[in-house]
Amino acid sequence: MSLTNDLIKQRLTDKFGEQVSAFSESYGMLSFEAPKEINLKVMQFLYDDAELRFQFLTDLTAVHYPDQQGRELAVVYHLHNLVDNIRIRFKVFTGISQPDVFTATRLYESANWMERETFDFYGVNFVGHPNLKRILNVDEMDYFPMRKEYPLEDQTRRDKDDEMFGRGGSVW
Amino acid sequence: MSELTHHNIKLPEGSIEKQTTTLNLGPTHPATHGVFQNIIEVDGERIVSAEQTVGYIHRAFEKIAERRPLYQITPLTDRLNYCSSPINNMGWHLTCEKLLKVKTPKRVDYLRVIIMELARIADHLICNSIVGVDTGALSVFFYVMEYRELIYEIYEEVCGSRLTTNIGRIGGFERNFSNTAFTKLEKFLDEYPKVLKEFEKLLTRNRIFMERTIGAGPIAAERALNYGFTGPNLRAAGVDYDVRVHSPYSSYEDFDFQIPVGKTGDCYDRFLVRNLEMWESLSIITQAYRKIQEFKGAEAEVYHADIPEYYLPEKKDVYTKMEALIYHFKIIMGETEIPAGEVYHSVEGGNGELGFYLISDGGRTPYRLHFRRPCFIYYQAYSEIAKGSMLSDAVITLSSLNLIAGEMDA
Repeated sequence: MSLTNDLIKQRLTDKFGEQVSAFSESYGMLSFEAPKEINLKVMQFLYDDAELRFQFLTDLTAVHYPDQQGRELAVVYHLHNLVDNIRIRFKVFTGISQPDVFTATRLYESANWMERETFDFYGVNFVGHPNLKRILNVDEMDYFPMRKEYPLEDQTRRDKDDEMFGRGGSVW
Repeated sequence: MSELTHHNIKLPEGSIEKQTTTLNLGPTHPATHGVFQNIIEVDGERIVSAEQTVGYIHRAFEKIAERRPLYQITPLTDRLNYCSSPINNMGWHLTCEKLLKVKTPKRVDYLRVIIMELARIADHLICNSIVGVDTGALSVFFYVMEYRELIYEIYEEVCGSRLTTNIGRIGGFERNFSNTAFTKLEKFLDEYPKVLKEFEKLLTRNRIFMERTIGAGPIAAERALNYGFTGPNLRAAGVDYDVRVHSPYSSYEDFDFQIPVGKTGDCYDRFLVRNLEMWESLSIITQAYRKIQEFKGAEAEVYHADIPEYYLPEKKDVYTKMEALIYHFKIIMGETEIPAGEVYHSVEGGNGELGFYLISDGGRTPYRLHFRRPCFIYYQAYSEIAKGSMLSDAVITLSSLNLIAGEMDA
């Protein structure tokens, strides 16, 4: 029997119970989250389990949600089971004041640079990473540029419909 | 002489004791074929360790994309792997279409397949001929360049530009392929097999080439997978993973083709895999062209999906039709709301799985866009591959991995 999203969900809840949560399916891909303390346990289980076999780390990145108190940063892992050809998305959330997440480099060699990139742009501190330093930006940089507090000029700003275009009204 | 060393030149602390030499390959070195640096520690000619530095042409595309409407992100994707820009463009359009739940007509899919496979040929052709250059065979590079030109002429006919193509739109193409485009395609299909054959004759069984590449820069399948290799480099190690087959997009399931695999994952196998892939690409293009010719009447005129909210209308309609004018204005001004959602979509790029992770919160621009750049991910294996090899092999390994600085640094 080939692996399905329901089966993966079943296996995960059997193993971790309430700790794995927020299961959802977007565009066919199963997505779930777990507390950051057990991110390695979950990934190790996904890697080792004879049925699940998620042994390929496709992508690792972070997302910043400044409005979510205590869970501002999400580290997102895209894992791929190449045998059954099924992908899942796994997220762990962390507070921004102490963004410590365990590194996946022991499991996946490819996580090395991807975690460095994530650190570079979001400041996620991957605990246990062999060489956690900036990769694309200059070493002297003292902020994490992809965080939402550093906005670019909004090219689609809504204040530009109105006066400039003769529709009256002003946002100021 | 020794006096000079001792009295006039101040040597750094401990340098007398040091047994190895530090060598900088890059950032601008002819052997790197791109702007990235390798700090290599050599003992004689043998590499003891290699440390890579990337990021010299980082342009913050992911950040910029957070403030751009979808159609303005396409030119950013051009500049990832600029040897095969159309694949990046199509990958981006397909990601948007997945988010918007748009179904494109079959003819659009086939036209896209043609363009993507042409891009793959152009990409592999450059990579393989550069491997030739690095082993000392410069003439093959000049020879095939002429035939990449034919591909670029087809791009030009379809979208107007050559290298950074910005080809297509969300939902299809900006205009139907002209007759000239098809004529040029036919010319290419007619001439290219002979060229590829000759290209292979020059290198594949060439004694010098074989001696230089066989056993140079190998990686085992298990290590390659752990390092996140995809594309020809992974297939050369013997893993038959290809996004076109595993998660078909743009109707790749309608085509009959094979995934060539290698065995040892060395430079020679990578070369062979890329060559065989060019043959497969040619066959896919031929099949797609045949399928396109089967469309008759109104169907043969279809070149985009019917999604006026997202597909930029044709200019002549903008001047004459009310709806087209409204949509044109809304799209150009970036006033189209994107449905909220989270989507990952990947295509088989020139170097492997090129992924787009797009999060929309229902606003007018992406909330987050992340590019999974295959090159960036597999380049980290370089220090492991190069360790213990000869310096000259390390240079071939660099070019045979097909490292594109634009893709690495995003």
